[in-house]
Amino acid sequence: MRNIFNLIFAPGFFENAQVINALLLGGVVAAISGVVGVFVVIRGQSFAGHSIADFGGAGAAVAFLLGINTLWGFLGFGVLSAVGVELMGRRAHERDTATGIVLSIALGVESLFLFLDTHYTGQSGAPMLILFGSIFVIKPSTVPIVIGLTVMTAIIICLIYRPLLLCSIDSDLALTRGVPVRIVSLLFIILLALVVEEASLITGALLSTALLIGPAATAMRLTHKMGPAMLCSSVLGMLAMWLGVVLAYDSYLWPPQGRGWPVSFFVCVLILLFYLLGRMHGTIHRADKVSQSAEVITNA
Amino acid sequence: MMEKDQNKTSHAILSIENIKVQFGKRCILKDVNIQVNPGEFIGLIGPNGVGKSTLLKVILGLLAPTAGNVCIGGKTARKGNRSIGYVPQKLYLDPQIPLRGRDLVALGLDGHRWGISLHAKERKKRVDEMLEAVDASRFADSPVGLLSGGEQQRLLIAQALLTEPKLLLLDEPLSNLDIKSAYEVVQLVSRIGHEKRVAVILVAHDMNPLLGVMDRVLYLADGKAAIGTVDDVFCSDVLSKLYGYPVEVLHVNGRIMVVGGNDSGMNGFPLESNCCDSGAES
Repeated sequence: MRNIFNLIFAPGFFENAQVINALLLGGVVAAISGVVGVFVVIRGQSFAGHSIADFGGAGAAVAFLLGINTLWGFLGFGVLSAVGVELMGRRAHERDTATGIVLSIALGVESLFLFLDTHYTGQSGAPMLILFGSIFVIKPSTVPIVIGLTVMTAIIICLIYRPLLLCSIDSDLALTRGVPVRIVSLLFIILLALVVEEASLITGALLSTALLIGPAATAMRLTHKMGPAMLCSSVLGMLAMWLGVVLAYDSYLWPPQGRGWPVSFFVCVLILLFYLLGRMHGTIHRADKVSQSAEVITNA
Repeated sequence: MMEKDQNKTSHAILSIENIKVQFGKRCILKDVNIQVNPGEFIGLIGPNGVGKSTLLKVILGLLAPTAGNVCIGGKTARKGNRSIGYVPQKLYLDPQIPLRGRDLVALGLDGHRWGISLHAKERKKRVDEMLEAVDASRFADSPVGLLSGGEQQRLLIAQALLTEPKLLLLDEPLSNLDIKSAYEVVQLVSRIGHEKRVAVILVAHDMNPLLGVMDRVLYLADGKAAIGTVDDVFCSDVLSKLYGYPVEVLHVNGRIMVVGGNDSGMNGFPLESNCCDSGAES
């Protein structure tokens, strides 16, 4: 029994402060990503989320060069680009184009600053850190900031829940009901930026949407109610995150020995696995439903 | 323009007086006058791009007219007016959206409110009653994304009625439905309009599915309007004047066709979609 336990949780796992930090931070960020992710999928904004993350990455590269906490770089540039995307594109088609432009600028700026980072700071790990995350080397002082932002995001989501849902279903309908659609959309994309940038700290700018889209899409295959979908999405995200941390810690002993594999890799693989399982389950489940309604039609 | 003054009473639920809507130099609507009485069923008919949606936006308070007055229940049109129920044309939803029919309907009750809903029991009771009223109970718990166009339309009507409006606006509800569903939706709206004394304005580009149920027709062409009973409006004189071009009205098997051209019908082209395509085109 003890051996199996040790096989899964390599010795020292629960005593390591960095690991505890990673579990806490990863869990919190995965949970809020799951909630916001359901709205992102419904609203078809995963591309926007990805671009915002990359813009944040450029900000992080700048922050790294200046020697300040990369979180501020991520957040500052992320929120700025979110507002930009929202103001540039009103219609869905416009927004797609606007987002594409933002994305390419972001990656261009990012490439320059990552180059400057490695050149001036002499740290060759900077690109890896910013693009693919660094959950084990996050400063403990960052944890309360992330938790605070997450709680704030959760409260705002609760406050705008119904108007946001109405806007996401049909913005004209929301307008006729007196919902300030533009303000709600702007508020949501800023929240999206906050969540994506927090996730960037953990899984990196390139993969921060993994926690956002995968678990939400999986949850939507499993349930057709909003509340359970958000809960399920959060739980799946946390599960992937925590298992990812465990496996990354274990991988310290895998080749090349002495350096753990990136957490992001494990998290992404687990999320993909969940999604495929959810898809299989969803397909079977829905096939049942369709055949049921077909029966109703033939009986009628 | 012909205007039936007999309905011009002070208790009209909707009163549109001489409105004009202009975007830059382009005039979308001009000299539109209509008084709608409680419980009345009005078909708002006209070819595409003629200003039907613009007129709806004006009534909903989303667009201020360049000139003229719009009053709903005696008050000037404004956004978020509880006495108007609005049914959008079609939902564009992710088929996987985690929302049941009843959740969509419930948003009609409190979707505009901040925070999450609290009075769950009261809310459920009212939603259930409304689902029953539009005959949607049997698919109320199915995912919205998997329902047919006709079923979604029923839910949209239910959500619009939850605030107990005095006026129900439907923006081309029939254009995505097959003939049978279109007929059912028209019957449903007509029945509920009478039962609840809700005035209905239903937008369509073909008036034929509405022939038996509408009290009056508001016909838009070229930014101008004609209102009256079907027989009053659909005659060659009135429509020719409206289009500023010779137009003929044909009655075929109880259906009405509007065709252009003053020589034999052979050279005329249809200005109205007609006969058996009550919106069956995709």
